[in-house]
Amino acid sequence: MTEAIRIQLRVNGQAVERDVEPRLTLADFLRDELDLTGTHLGCEHGVCGACTVLLDQEPVRACLMFAVQADGRDVGTVEGLSRPGELTDLQASFRRHHALQCGFCTPGMLTTAHAFLERTPCPTREEACEAISGNICRCTGYIPIVDAIVATAEARQAQKAGGRP
Amino acid sequence: MIGRAQERNEDLRLLTGQGRFVDDIKRPGMLHAVVVRSPMGHARVLGIDASAALELPGVVEVITFADIAPWARPIPQRTCPLPGMENFLQRPLAEDIVRYVGEPVAMVIAESRYIAEDAAELIHVDYDGLEAAVDAHAAAQNAVLIHAAQGSNIASAYHVGRGDVDAAFRGAHYTRKERFYVHRHSAVPLETRGLVAEWDAAAGHLNVWGAGKVPFANRGILAGMLDLPPSAIDMIEVDVGGSFGVRGDFYPEDFLVPFAARLLCRPVKWIEDRRENLMAMNHSREMHCELEIAVDRDGLIQGLRGQVLSDLGAYVRTNSGVMAGKGTQFLQGAYAIPNLGFDVRAVIPNKTPAGTYRGPGRYESCFFRERLIDIAAKEMGIDPVEFRRRNLITAAQMPYDAGPLVPGQPTTVYDSGDYPTVFERGLAHFGYDALQARNGQLIDGRLHGVGLACFTESTGGGPGEHARLELRADGSFDLFVGSSSAGQGHETVMAQVLADALGVPYDSIRVHHGSTTYLKQGFGAYHSRSAVMGGSAVLKVGQAMQRVLLERAASLNGLAGPQGLAWREGRVVREIDGAVIATPVALAAGLPVCGPHERGPVSVETSFENDKLTFTFGLQLAHVSVDPKTAQVKVEKFLCVEDVGRMLNPLIVHGQTVGAAVQGLGGTFLDEFIYDEDGQLITGTFADYLLPVATDFEHVDALTLELSPSPSNPLGVKGAGEGGIIGTGAALSNAVSNALSGLSVSVTRLPMSLDRLAATMREARNAEGASA
Repeated sequence: MTEAIRIQLRVNGQAVERDVEPRLTLADFLRDELDLTGTHLGCEHGVCGACTVLLDQEPVRACLMFAVQADGRDVGTVEGLSRPGELTDLQASFRRHHALQCGFCTPGMLTTAHAFLERTPCPTREEACEAISGNICRCTGYIPIVDAIVATAEARQAQKAGGRP
Repeated sequence: MIGRAQERNEDLRLLTGQGRFVDDIKRPGMLHAVVVRSPMGHARVLGIDASAALELPGVVEVITFADIAPWARPIPQRTCPLPGMENFLQRPLAEDIVRYVGEPVAMVIAESRYIAEDAAELIHVDYDGLEAAVDAHAAAQNAVLIHAAQGSNIASAYHVGRGDVDAAFRGAHYTRKERFYVHRHSAVPLETRGLVAEWDAAAGHLNVWGAGKVPFANRGILAGMLDLPPSAIDMIEVDVGGSFGVRGDFYPEDFLVPFAARLLCRPVKWIEDRRENLMAMNHSREMHCELEIAVDRDGLIQGLRGQVLSDLGAYVRTNSGVMAGKGTQFLQGAYAIPNLGFDVRAVIPNKTPAGTYRGPGRYESCFFRERLIDIAAKEMGIDPVEFRRRNLITAAQMPYDAGPLVPGQPTTVYDSGDYPTVFERGLAHFGYDALQARNGQLIDGRLHGVGLACFTESTGGGPGEHARLELRADGSFDLFVGSSSAGQGHETVMAQVLADALGVPYDSIRVHHGSTTYLKQGFGAYHSRSAVMGGSAVLKVGQAMQRVLLERAASLNGLAGPQGLAWREGRVVREIDGAVIATPVALAAGLPVCGPHERGPVSVETSFENDKLTFTFGLQLAHVSVDPKTAQVKVEKFLCVEDVGRMLNPLIVHGQTVGAAVQGLGGTFLDEFIYDEDGQLITGTFADYLLPVATDFEHVDALTLELSPSPSNPLGVKGAGEGGIIGTGAALSNAVSNALSGLSVSVTRLPMSLDRLAATMREARNAEGASA
């Protein structure tokens, strides 16, 4: 077995230091070493998007990265999106639109949509569809997920414009 | 609360990464298992050399057939066994022959999954390749025998029918025969399968996490195979990442993982990877059908007959009979057809075994029938809508005896429904009349087509469901149900039902489901039954709790009995003046001096039993446009219409319907398990096995009606989980055929993937050229 390598990174704002096998994927590191099991593995070949996490705010597939590649970086997972016991506006919108059923794809949908809305605060419906087109959901048919993302953007814009929630 | 679009309780944990799926379970000292699978479609196993694997540090054990031989009984059928199928059952590991790519031949157990996967590569299995029979028709010839001892690859063959179908055809004004095919695809839930098993040697007790669908039935099967009493096993349901029928029936690994945990006296986890999931979890749908229709001068269908060939894969699994059995039963659909006759064969080729996938048999038979109806209507010069109108079963014909068409099962009775009214409502909502004018028209370079399909769906599979209710000291309730969940929302819906049954606040109810630890007995989630059977059990347990609490209130107040007391808004009141006699908190506290039944927590357990299925009716309508150069189909508009009697939670029903429809759209255009002639699966990753994504089908909607409550259960509900998928293949193929009618294309085979539809268009062009 290859020697372990020390990595230092920030995960959901917390400094983390661990010795890891070079071949350990970032997804397994988060799930098994840090017990952040919200990051799910649906295919382990980079297609389904369930394992999407934020690496320096950008969505990446945690199954296609090694933990050592996250050394010195900032990693955000679904657990870090909201404060304990609370939902963000995006999460609440997912709930309101019934944008999740089994919930297995949901963490990846949320991290992807979160980053998308940061970049694209006023998306069209087509842009929202495109943004999550790399994430597979088998339950919802995607339509309510797109509804939830678009509604979140609209509510944020309305709040900005008129101060209405 | 019933009927309210209540947001789901489940969502809070699932949205914040706090869900607990089976791969999130960790036990002290836990080992990790990897299954070694056959890379050959058909081969003799000459030997297995695990010595190199066992030398790898961290490897604990390698299990092969020799290790499990004393326990290696065939995995039994759970539902819809067809005569003869019992001879083709699978054992947990292959002995001397492997019969499909993906068949388990060994299991490696190691200290980590990484090591177990390294070790799996070091196991040398010596295979001697055999000729494979891959296509169902080829397998049916029996040139290659897959289970040699049986002397045939036909697992089951039978005839069912009613009336005098041959006379109906002899006397018919018009007859038409066509051959159809539905391709092999399946549910492919996003979470792969997985289990964690832990054996407590001191207590002689086994815990299995990751149970789903039918935990109680699987406990019985596992207990039988491990020679343990069922009470020595607990199946524990955690969050489940989708099932759609394929998860939770008893698979080889459901034996192997608990077996390994007991053998090694350490917890063992197995998580399937996606590649093995695509070759090992039940496939479904693959069916050939030659169907023939007889119609009289007035456009009334007088007879339907044909041959059904169901492709089972290499073994019969727990529910493999459903597709052929129920598929044939549903061939008549929603039409009053007096004469029926079907020859059914279920055949064993060298492919992954098949089981039920959402709308099993229904999707297939709906496609066969509804395509044939469109073909017949067109040839007879009758509008396809008018043709259906003439033949739909009417409300006056309810309950309608659809005949005994499944061997060993009683006659099928459509219990209720006003099909013509639902039909007209659906057409109007879709704007069918205006849209159908575009049939075959070239608009902006695309050919447009509109099509529809009608279906009936049986829901509420028996025999019953159990529920237990406990009143807590703070006046809240814990509700335990035998229904298992795969993401539908039982924690929300069951609480809605109980809140109404008891008149207590929705927030005062916690719902626990699925695990065998909760109840004496339970049945689970299949056959769109949770609302019907589980919901009715919850209603019943709420009523039973009311009776118990009225008795207790009487004792508490020194009354002889509950006469004159009533349960109102979650409290016991005096009927005469409405004065509150006891609150749940007071009732939970019990009496200062009393018998054993009156003190401490109140617990009530009941069951709802019912063998009568309840039937929905629906139609689906599609508007498509096809690029005549590339064969690329765009679904411009798709509508699901279904009468489910009564909705417990419209938000959830709508989500189930639209989600099912998009699954069906994907199944009709994209998903396909493709094998080469040696039985090699060549769509074994998500790069090859294509699932729909967010940009594929953006215009899907549902109209759910509550016109005909079910007479078979006290809630009046009919199952809503599967209807959305059933008519997709049929409606879309009718729409595409209408779009391409000018090119003489008639779709008779699915999927309508780019390459296959393009090939169909080429063939039609060539045939035209040849005849010109």
